[in-house]
Amino acid sequence: MTQAPTPATRRAGNASRRGPVNPAGSTPRQVLLRLLVLLLALALWQAAAQAHGSVYFPPPGRIARRAHELWFSGPVRRAFLTDAAVADVLPSLGRMAAGFGIAAVAGIGAGVAVGRSRWAYALCNPVLQFARAVPPPALVPVFVVVLDFGAPMQIASIAFSAVWPVLVNTAEGVRGTDPLRLDVAAVLRLNPLERLRFLLLPSALPRIFAGLRLSLSLSLILMVFSELLPGTANGVGYTLTDAQSRSDLLTVWAVLLLLGVLGYLLNTALLAVERRLIGRGRSTA
Amino acid sequence: MTLRLDSLGQRYGDQRVLHDITLTVPDGQLLCVVGPSGCGKSTLLRTIAGLHPAREGTVTVDGTPVTGVPDRLAVVFQDYGRSLFPWLTVRDNVALPLRRRGLPRAERRAEAERILERVGLDGAGRRHPWQLSGGMQQRVAIARALVCRPSLLLMDEPFGSLDAQTREDLEDLLLEVHRTDGATIVFVTHDIDESVYVGDRVVVLSPAPASHVVLDLPVELPGKRDQIGTRGLPEFVALRAEVGRVVRGS
Repeated sequence: MTQAPTPATRRAGNASRRGPVNPAGSTPRQVLLRLLVLLLALALWQAAAQAHGSVYFPPPGRIARRAHELWFSGPVRRAFLTDAAVADVLPSLGRMAAGFGIAAVAGIGAGVAVGRSRWAYALCNPVLQFARAVPPPALVPVFVVVLDFGAPMQIASIAFSAVWPVLVNTAEGVRGTDPLRLDVAAVLRLNPLERLRFLLLPSALPRIFAGLRLSLSLSLILMVFSELLPGTANGVGYTLTDAQSRSDLLTVWAVLLLLGVLGYLLNTALLAVERRLIGRGRSTA
Repeated sequence: MTLRLDSLGQRYGDQRVLHDITLTVPDGQLLCVVGPSGCGKSTLLRTIAGLHPAREGTVTVDGTPVTGVPDRLAVVFQDYGRSLFPWLTVRDNVALPLRRRGLPRAERRAEAERILERVGLDGAGRRHPWQLSGGMQQRVAIARALVCRPSLLLMDEPFGSLDAQTREDLEDLLLEVHRTDGATIVFVTHDIDESVYVGDRVVVLSPAPASHVVLDLPVELPGKRDQIGTRGLPEFVALRAEVGRVVRGS
């Protein structure tokens, strides 16, 4: 790129690096329109479920009420959380945060190390592709054998599954650092730490976040999956299997609703962090 | 700083890029290197900058052989859009080389602002490079090169992608900087007019492969130059014609 980016290309460049940008836009009218579609879908679901009257498919109103009863009807001083929320939802989230955190730190660290040397990348790439190709839930039985049931096994399952997308994407991002900028860093005689902080990490940041988003959804999946196994004592996944064994379909649906909302909120939070870090000061170059 | 190239040769695999280049650039000289595109001008600069080890011959700066990036050296690349760091503000880009000197943050910033003012960018420090025009971005790159007061400044077709007006402004900025700072400058360009206008001396490289020096010409023009007057001088026209003939190989 030798010409200054025009505003149009700059915006396009930003969009492609910021990951999913809402194509429907974000003006109040567009937000309202999206909300309307959501409400319409809910209304249709409600109407269809009520008309059918099946115990297997309760209407969303009842599901929401059950979710509220189960987790959000507690005392004010505990932010409305019930005992069940404190006993099941919070430990799940804690384990997920621990697993995701370990995966992020380890993935970025190892990714930088692998991506910085062409030699290391060539050597590690087949192993990484293999590790990434194994369906993560299939690893849980291995961890059960190695670590037995409990939080360490669950955190290890989450971390081990979520680490690969971050690692592979970070390595790719670091590898894609503009060679001219590497020359600039050499001429400015930046030390390795400065080079990492001012060049390699900022260059790789869009890719790193692409990896983190994948890892976040994997973490949620593994969080539930690691709690579905017999032998777990608490957690959202445990609530799910427990309700299923009691044929309490309403609670099963409430758990699904909770997981959907959690996934959405976590992803939104990650996007907000990403915008804050990458939004300003990024060009097409 | 005195730069000396002694039978310098460079090759990529079997391809000879530079062959037997011997040059001495005395302290404070502004040397222009001209040659057809692809003749290895950039390779020459990268070798002097210590980014490529010399395959044959030696490069010495003040008598010391160049093995890594020499101290007190700065480089301005042609592609300002890629050479600046878009995630840093203009001021932080310019202040980056000062970290090595261990100055506190406030002093680094103040120094960066001083240099920015000098290249005509006062007030742009808090913006990001991509918010500026091409000419202004190249001024930022020049400011970043000057901030450590280099004794040897290498410039790789720095004005090659700018429009004529901006280019003339920056040529005059370069001459002003050279007059006041007195650094040794190696300025690579493919523009014959530009080489005669800014240089104290013009060296022409032969076309690839195995480029070598085919003309080494002192530019005897008045030290104080201006875009209209100097370019109209008969000496200027004669020098330009001489360089042009050699570049075109006739």
